[in-house]
Amino acid sequence: MAETTRREIMLGEGSGTGTGQDLRVGMGPAHPAMHGIIRIVADLDGEVIRKADVEIGYLHRAFEKDCEVGGWNNAIPYTDRLNYVSPLINNFAYASAVEKLLGIEVTERCRYIRTIMSEISRVCDHLTCVGASSMELGAFTVFLYMIKAREYLWELVEDVTGARLTISYGRVGGVKADLPDGFEAKVRKAFKETREVLAEVHRLLTGNRIFMDRMVGVGALSREETIAYGITGPLLRAVGVPYDVRRAAPHWAYDRVEFEVVTQKDGDNYARYLVRMAEMEQSMRIAEEALARMPVGPINVDFEGHPIDPASYVDQGKQGKTQGLLLVPIRLSPNLEGQNKRALDQVNADDKRVVLPPKETAYGSIEGLMNHFMLIMEGYGIRPPAGEAYFAAEGANGELGFYVVSDGGDRPYRVRCRPPCLPPMAALHRMIEGEMVADLIPTFGSVNMIGGELDR
Amino acid sequence: MDGAAILDRLRTRFGAAVIETHAHRGDHTAVVERAAITDVLRFCRDDAELGFDMLSDLTAVDYLKFPGREDGPRFDVVYHLYSLTHNHRVRLKVRVDEDDAVVPTAMAVWPIADWLEREVWDMFGIRFEGHPDLRRLLMYDEFVGHPLRKDYPINRRQPLIGPRT
Amino acid sequence: MGVGSFFTSKLDEAIGWARKYSIFQYPFVTACCGMEYMATACSHYDVDRFGAGLPRFSPRQADVLFVVGTISHKMAPVLKRIYDQMTEPKWVVAFGVCTCTGGFYDNYATVQGIDTIIPVDVYIPGCPPRPESVLDGLMKLQDKIAAGAQRY
Repeated sequence: MAETTRREIMLGEGSGTGTGQDLRVGMGPAHPAMHGIIRIVADLDGEVIRKADVEIGYLHRAFEKDCEVGGWNNAIPYTDRLNYVSPLINNFAYASAVEKLLGIEVTERCRYIRTIMSEISRVCDHLTCVGASSMELGAFTVFLYMIKAREYLWELVEDVTGARLTISYGRVGGVKADLPDGFEAKVRKAFKETREVLAEVHRLLTGNRIFMDRMVGVGALSREETIAYGITGPLLRAVGVPYDVRRAAPHWAYDRVEFEVVTQKDGDNYARYLVRMAEMEQSMRIAEEALARMPVGPINVDFEGHPIDPASYVDQGKQGKTQGLLLVPIRLSPNLEGQNKRALDQVNADDKRVVLPPKETAYGSIEGLMNHFMLIMEGYGIRPPAGEAYFAAEGANGELGFYVVSDGGDRPYRVRCRPPCLPPMAALHRMIEGEMVADLIPTFGSVNMIGGELDR
Repeated sequence: MDGAAILDRLRTRFGAAVIETHAHRGDHTAVVERAAITDVLRFCRDDAELGFDMLSDLTAVDYLKFPGREDGPRFDVVYHLYSLTHNHRVRLKVRVDEDDAVVPTAMAVWPIADWLEREVWDMFGIRFEGHPDLRRLLMYDEFVGHPLRKDYPINRRQPLIGPRT
Repeated sequence: MGVGSFFTSKLDEAIGWARKYSIFQYPFVTACCGMEYMATACSHYDVDRFGAGLPRFSPRQADVLFVVGTISHKMAPVLKRIYDQMTEPKWVVAFGVCTCTGGFYDNYATVQGIDTIIPVDVYIPGCPPRPESVLDGLMKLQDKIAAGAQRY
């Protein structure tokens, strides 16, 4: 029997001496510190992970197969649930991929709206990521504060889209409805609260001895390996590569606003944390600037008349008194306010083969009704010409790509989502091999794996 | 480097191995012969002018129900490459028949190909020659079949436990 | 015999009252509903005021299993195992429409409702359900707990 070394006493039998047998430990799939369900089978030598095998697929929900079942706009709710903490970015990236396939452009105002809502979503994602990883390290207060800030942002999202989380707001050719009145004031208030929370979190975490001890130098990945694994987003920027799809291939309104691409040098968990915190500030900056610059868009008023209420409008139409009805600005029911003519002209491309007509036209004229019918019913709908297109947007975790293939029909032939968190998860075993078991927790948290996106 | 120049460079270097090219909607694409794909990928990464240091995506498309390609090779394995240094992209495709669904692995060029190829095997049943550990990534091992193929009905469940409805 | 049953029924009520206000949940979080679960558990829609604020991350220590988010067929055996590991009395809450009926994931990968695998006490539909719905479901669960109804 070899003498027990001090290392063995501290870290467990067999550690580091090569005489012991590795202990195989499975973490997950149901594990409190795994944000989402994955399984890590680790061979431990004492406390040190010698070999780790990451198993995913526990949330595979057949996104790509489900997209082939319905029409092109039917896939939008499925895209919500990909990266479910920043669903707006997924919606718009998919819609942009289909628009690229169709060869149509969206309006200026729509670009700005997409930019603003994406940035709000990005802040929500980073808040959730930093909050949840801090909770795993024991900083429960930080989690509560960040979720509080996220509530303010979700109220904004709810004002615009009607839902907090799974919003299905994007459409091929535009967005569902315009921004409501008074939105800018609400954004200002929500961002003020968020900035206060971020300042508080900086005070609590950034110089905190325990936080830094657990995060600095842990889970690092070298620059060459990060690139070789195809990792993008905050993890790539944390090793010093300033690659941001918003800068490299500006889409929507990102070339019309000013922002910095935040980078760090070390590539460890602390660097990733700093990158995310700084990116939240940049996102808020982008959103505020975009709101200030947003074009109002054409206001369509055909003639100045008294708006008549919908019931009388319908009555007149039924009595056959249809002459001039289309020219009368009707007051729609409040539920449809965002989908009136003026709003939809500002946010939707004017391609009738793709976007739904505004409600006044759909209810008020036979052409509008037919247009609506042709886009919705089976066998009709949006028909991009046969071909394929790849569109990349900057998701919260990196390059979110959609590769769509069309066969000329009304359903997608193939929709492929390039998940930004798959490469970091593939590289996770490189990040944790050689580290201790407790270091797995902050490393996994800083990767920000979102199950919906990883497993699709 | 603009897309047409990238495709030209590939054509000059590989000649007949680049079967066809197109630039539909601005995405420059080259269809490459299967035997040459590893060399093409390595050249794309190592050549200074192309400099494709990142394999963005590796996926496949099943053309079984595609009008006009029902008789041709069934699958296309699609590689999306991106260059950080030059900020340009290219798409490479390899056409694969159903009864000979094997493609050389890209793992030697980029390690991320490990998981991406496992996913293609899982979802489409295309083998990757030279891959050390080709097992399912998203589905469980007891699953029979490859779900993203067009002839796999979406509702065919194979529950491990519970009823089969 | 009337007096005896008065005491036992009062005792049942007292036990039910104690159980319903000290719920130790096991949040089996998989997907998007987890975000609404986090929102419900945090300060704005505080679930701690119902006595359910302490999640126990071991099934042996928990009494309510909150199944939050889609369960795929790969995950189903794990869910069953966790459920089996919980000790009586235990209750199950199906949080989100994916756990109630499979949601709109009618495909090869998704379990069409966890009640095909484990018995469920309260169904909270929604995709994801608003925190108010969750609190409503929680209160219904509390009524059920207080009434002492259990399955074995």
